[in-house]
Amino acid sequence: MAEVKMLTEHYADDSYCGIEGYQAKKGYEMLKKALKMPPAEIVTMVKDSGLRGRGGAGFPTGMKWSFLPNNGEERYLLCNADEGEPCTFKDRMMMERAPHQLIEGMIISAFAVQSKKSYIYIRGEYQFAVKVLEQAIQEAYKAGYLGQNILGSGFSHDMDIYVGAGAYICGEETGMISSLEGLKGQPKLKPPFPAVKGYLRKPTIVNNVETLASVIYILRDGVEAYRKFGTQKSPGTKLFSVSGDVMKPGNYEVPLGYKLKDLIEIECGGLKLGRQLKAVIPGGTSAPVLTAEEANRATLDYECLADMKSMLGSGSIVVIDDSRCMVDMLGVITHFYHHESCGQCTPCREGTGWLNKVVSAIKAGNGTQKDIDTLCKVADNMKGRTICALSDAAALPVLSFVPKFRSEFEYYIREGKSQVRGISYAQMHH
Amino acid sequence: MNFQLSSEGQEFVKKELKRYETKESAIIPCLFRVQKENAGWVSSESVGYLSQLMDIPEARINEVFQFYTMFNQVPVGKYHVQVCCNVACCMAGTREIIEEFCKEHNVAEGDVTSDKRFTFTRVECLGACDKAPMMQINDDYYEDLTMDSAKQILRGLK
Ligand SMILES: Cc1cc2nc3c(=O)[nH]c(=O)nc-3n(C[C@H](O)[C@H](O)[C@H](O)COP(=O)(O)O)c2cc1C
Ligand code: SF4
Ligand code: FES
Repeated sequence: MAEVKMLTEHYADDSYCGIEGYQAKKGYEMLKKALKMPPAEIVTMVKDSGLRGRGGAGFPTGMKWSFLPNNGEERYLLCNADEGEPCTFKDRMMMERAPHQLIEGMIISAFAVQSKKSYIYIRGEYQFAVKVLEQAIQEAYKAGYLGQNILGSGFSHDMDIYVGAGAYICGEETGMISSLEGLKGQPKLKPPFPAVKGYLRKPTIVNNVETLASVIYILRDGVEAYRKFGTQKSPGTKLFSVSGDVMKPGNYEVPLGYKLKDLIEIECGGLKLGRQLKAVIPGGTSAPVLTAEEANRATLDYECLADMKSMLGSGSIVVIDDSRCMVDMLGVITHFYHHESCGQCTPCREGTGWLNKVVSAIKAGNGTQKDIDTLCKVADNMKGRTICALSDAAALPVLSFVPKFRSEFEYYIREGKSQVRGISYAQMHH
Repeated sequence: MNFQLSSEGQEFVKKELKRYETKESAIIPCLFRVQKENAGWVSSESVGYLSQLMDIPEARINEVFQFYTMFNQVPVGKYHVQVCCNVACCMAGTREIIEEFCKEHNVAEGDVTSDKRFTFTRVECLGACDKAPMMQINDDYYEDLTMDSAKQILRGLK
């Protein structure tokens, strides 16, 4: 099965962006349906659908929702639109092409978890998406889909946007909560999880843009029909952002379980003429890199990639051909995590610094054979010991790039230049 | 004290202070507003001003101000050219582009050109990787660049 356009069916239609165009395609019909259902029934449907979070961790959405305590406290819903994971660009497209889809998905979700207030936390660089969403939220208020007593249902909900100011760590759910509270965007220790104590210490559900939009289609098609797409443990469709060395980079919606090789060769038009596949980063730069051999076997679902000791993550796929130097690529990645560590935890703060320093030294032609062990040791010490998962995310690329492409690292250290490019990156790019 | 927000800016601050559940949530939007009215950067003087206007301690504002990369702590050129140098863009040649920009305009990364028109900065992924190489100038994205088209775009700016 190739591309399945469930979420993205009408994205080519410019009018879909406005409320009239959206309604013309049956937009807000599912909200009307939802408001007549018992909220708990929607939660059960989402649980039974097997929908897993599309933001990176892949946590079952319905299960997260059912962690909310029943103590009468006010609840918040936060949409994670920070999209900071390098090479992910699906949420931006969703918000720009279909703002009402996100808004409808959010109101339904808010009703299901009985939340009166939601925020869309969007990264500050996405200025155009911010404007589109602001307009769409106003339209939704005017149409009576937001505000007091929505469509006479007795349910009231307010929605607002919060614009971030540049920090990858604000994509981590507790970092986002700190940021929204007007603090530095530093993650907080879990537990307590946000569902129990989140924004303003109140029960809070944090979900990704794509997750919230998917809820509409579970309601529309029913659990069984929704589960026809995808695999047993990874139901549904998912958007994949493909970039790098393919003919047609872009966002593609395919059923989970789709072959990575097919996505590259069919949807993306294959590699550039005369090039061979060397590696694929399958789930954002935090996901361990796959060799070409692994990539050719991989299917795009949570299980297969976990079996390969990588992950589906945010669904961003970077295709790397044989013209690329893996030492250089890893350098870009270690630089990123060093730049983005919030500095609260010693293993992360020091570790990201070390990794970047060592890879930079190798790139500059100043590496020693010992560096390879140093990199792996430092990375190992960064895993599982910190407040948030950024530290692991920084360690995993190193622990996959180095062993899988070890000879390239050894060559670079020995010769002081890239095996692939025949040059040193020392003079360039610093 | 010299820096002051326009009257619309002051209105904006008043509204933002009431918009969110906590007053402190208004710090980010108000810093953006100051940056917009202060030629693209936030001076320590303007933080002091904001502190009085918002009735929030200066240290509290600075904490937020210094955490986020979109706030410029030093003056920038009229055009802040932010070249994405994350994975997909590096693969597509953005490092060569920013180096060429700096060479052509005889300026170091992060500094302002002598005619005050440009500042060139490397930034992380801007979520337009299918259109790499790309850059952001002030609020706008420029995508699918080549070395020539990138230079052309700078020349085309007023
Ligand atoms: C360092 C870090 C960065 C993250 N960035 C994002 C992000 O940009 N967008 C996102 O949706 N989730 C991101 N996440 C995952 C969130 O913490 C959280 O799991 C997610 O928003 C939950 O929504 P979901 O279950 O719908 O995926 C990040 C996690 C970490 C550790
Ligand atoms: S792991 Fe790193 S980014 Fe996460 S809280 Fe600790 S220091 Fe900050
Ligand atoms: S890597 Fe440049 S926009 Fe994503």
